[in-house]
Amino acid sequence: METTKKKINWRGLGTLAIALYIVFLIGPIAGLDVPAIAAAIKANPMQLIQFLIIGISNGAIIAIIALGYTMVYGIIELINFAHGDVYMIGVFTSLTVLSLTGTLESKDPARIIFGLILALVIAIVVGATLNATIERLAYRRLRNAPRLAPLISAIGMSFIIENIGLMWAAQAWLVPSFGTTGGASQKVFPDMLGVLFTSMGWDVNLLASSGLALRFTIKDLMVIVLAVTLMISLYLFVQRTRLGKAMRATAQNRDAAKMLGIDIDWVITATFLIGGGLAGAAGLMAGLYNNTAWWFMGFRAGLQSFTAAVLGGIGNITGAMLGGFMIGLLASFSDGYLNARWTNAWVFAVLVLILLFRPTGLLGEQTGQKA
Amino acid sequence: MTKRLLALLSVLVIASLALAACGTPAATEAPSNPEPAATEPAAAGPMGTLKIVSSLPMTGSSLTQTQTIVNAMQLRLEQANYTACGGKYTLEYEAWDDASAALGKWDPAVETENANKAAADPSIVAYLGTFNSGAAKLSIPILNAAGPLTMISPANTNPGLTKADKDLPGVTDSYYPTGVRSYSRVVAADDIQGKVAANFVKSLGATTVYILDDQELYGKGVADVFEATAKEIGLTVLGHEGIDPKAADYKALMTKISTSNAGGPPDAIYVGMVVDNNASQLLKDKVAIMGDNETVKYVGPDGIQTQAFIDGAGADVAAGAYASVAGVPLSELPAAGQQFVKDYEAKFGALTEPYAVYGYETMNVALKAIEDVCAAGGDPTDRAAVNTAVFAIKNFDGALGTWSFDANGDTSLTDMTFYQVKDGAYVSVGTFR
Repeated sequence: METTKKKINWRGLGTLAIALYIVFLIGPIAGLDVPAIAAAIKANPMQLIQFLIIGISNGAIIAIIALGYTMVYGIIELINFAHGDVYMIGVFTSLTVLSLTGTLESKDPARIIFGLILALVIAIVVGATLNATIERLAYRRLRNAPRLAPLISAIGMSFIIENIGLMWAAQAWLVPSFGTTGGASQKVFPDMLGVLFTSMGWDVNLLASSGLALRFTIKDLMVIVLAVTLMISLYLFVQRTRLGKAMRATAQNRDAAKMLGIDIDWVITATFLIGGGLAGAAGLMAGLYNNTAWWFMGFRAGLQSFTAAVLGGIGNITGAMLGGFMIGLLASFSDGYLNARWTNAWVFAVLVLILLFRPTGLLGEQTGQKA
Repeated sequence: MTKRLLALLSVLVIASLALAACGTPAATEAPSNPEPAATEPAAAGPMGTLKIVSSLPMTGSSLTQTQTIVNAMQLRLEQANYTACGGKYTLEYEAWDDASAALGKWDPAVETENANKAAADPSIVAYLGTFNSGAAKLSIPILNAAGPLTMISPANTNPGLTKADKDLPGVTDSYYPTGVRSYSRVVAADDIQGKVAANFVKSLGATTVYILDDQELYGKGVADVFEATAKEIGLTVLGHEGIDPKAADYKALMTKISTSNAGGPPDAIYVGMVVDNNASQLLKDKVAIMGDNETVKYVGPDGIQTQAFIDGAGADVAAGAYASVAGVPLSELPAAGQQFVKDYEAKFGALTEPYAVYGYETMNVALKAIEDVCAAGGDPTDRAAVNTAVFAIKNFDGALGTWSFDANGDTSLTDMTFYQVKDGAYVSVGTFR
């Protein structure tokens, strides 16, 4: 133990040097001007809370998508690159449901609420089915193949689904607002929550009457409440139910679990179903929150969520949530107090730093033993 | 092994079902199958075939604009009956895509590949493109060393492609390794667009402005010119930042901007970007945080002057946003231009995109150069001769008006028209110089 401790100290010194290098050399270029930031916070302290709200809301969406990555990785050690695109399909599914049920034109609160709930259910079902289908078609046969094979087929599935999104966005007969500009351009996802609130005579900004210079809209509330609910139920499901136990057993040792009579195929399918369902739900949430449907949106969301999963410790559900919120907050504060040009650089610099100190991520102990 | 066969069959059935379900109504949509639209000539002319290619992004939001450019180029060729020099040569045209599905916009690798492909095919005598200035930067040197093969752009506006920048000595010359100029454009460059835009923002009554760009050669270029001019004419520039063109939203950035003017929002925001780089999302978040485009003016360059930008943001959100485009509005084009609009609409339907006429003009220039080479008794398969003929074009009576190329390959036309979104479409609000 003593020798390893000494080793870690050396490594710690090295990483500290890299950390100082990043902060002092890249920092000034990338807008890390501490006195200016302090002055900005002092001049407008409320804005700090505003960035916090924006960061948490964005982080919540990232966190939910990250859950799907982390669950699948935890159980079969595969990075499901198509996962971000399942989320994109969730956006288009819910938009199409809202359009076909006539909810988009409606001003009747009851009808909007019904439409939103229906859209949530269908987005979850479509996301779950799609994700499980991907597993059945592209991953199951490669389960015992070299690790690179399923990785490549995952990238392939991602491209296939992106192209489905491209075609979908061109179908103006499904959603008239898609227009005639083709599937490649960004589409509007109407602000149904805003319409709902206005139609009931309430202010969209929940803090409007408080007199504080803050925007905490119904959209922020919805995203955070839905995300936390989904995350807690998933945690309870994995920890408390029989299927959850079977999942944990499969993750620990697939062969041993099989010997004990666990139906491995079903457990893995269930994992993909749950991950896909979460991605579908995240699709509706992101659509309502950012009001955009775009065939390409799954790529960046997938990248950020995957980063969140790694940051939190891949395979760890609580870690994925933590990672998601951290990335959301980092991006929000970087946009707010540093220069937006460098936001991605900061997000990934922090990722590199944390992984240098904790190679298994913030909470990632399980996969640490496994690897 | 029957089990394996069965599985394979079921995969195929499901895949074909999925394709059939999503594919049929999309059959007319180009984004998913951007195959080169080759036009086969009936028979080669007695002296051979001259090939002209275009390289434009046809996967991504820019397709809305580039499809009209390709249509216009084809229209010009049809008018020439796909022949040149009195029927001695047959003309062939291929519309190449320089975008990739992986990026969703122009892809450096694809553009480089296109340029190399063109350089290697001796029957190609003119390369029409690119749409994005960043792409042009890559292909100009390749084509310059191949003959040079003349390159004519309908849409590149970055000044540095043709005019030396005093801050970056030698950069422009480095694009032309042979020392001979081989790149020309029929559209005015951003040293004009950015300058006129700054004056326009001032004329709207704004005194403070915040500048954003998409970190590309084109977007940052025009934003930099805007910033320099804005400072010269007395506008207060509160900040200039680059955005992440793939971010999910820009609420934090817009919140910061909303208090950048001594606690309040700026009078105007200028965005140097193309529509593919999340332009609609940026506007949506701006309106969500700072209100409509009357309260805080929103002005951009030609990269966002497309219906795709309005559709992506929604007509109510986009209402009031401004965008500038070189040239005059379609309704004020000279007689030749009016005739083009009429012919185009008869064949392809209503024309609202501003770049179609520029596409038509590039093909016009290419054909004129070929004819000029023939008329002088030269050989139009000689790339260098065609290139010299392009640069020799003076007082050309084209669809855009009467204009000339200067020694750098820039047009003498410097009109700039501003458009504003009204009822979900861009409407011209005035032409400036």
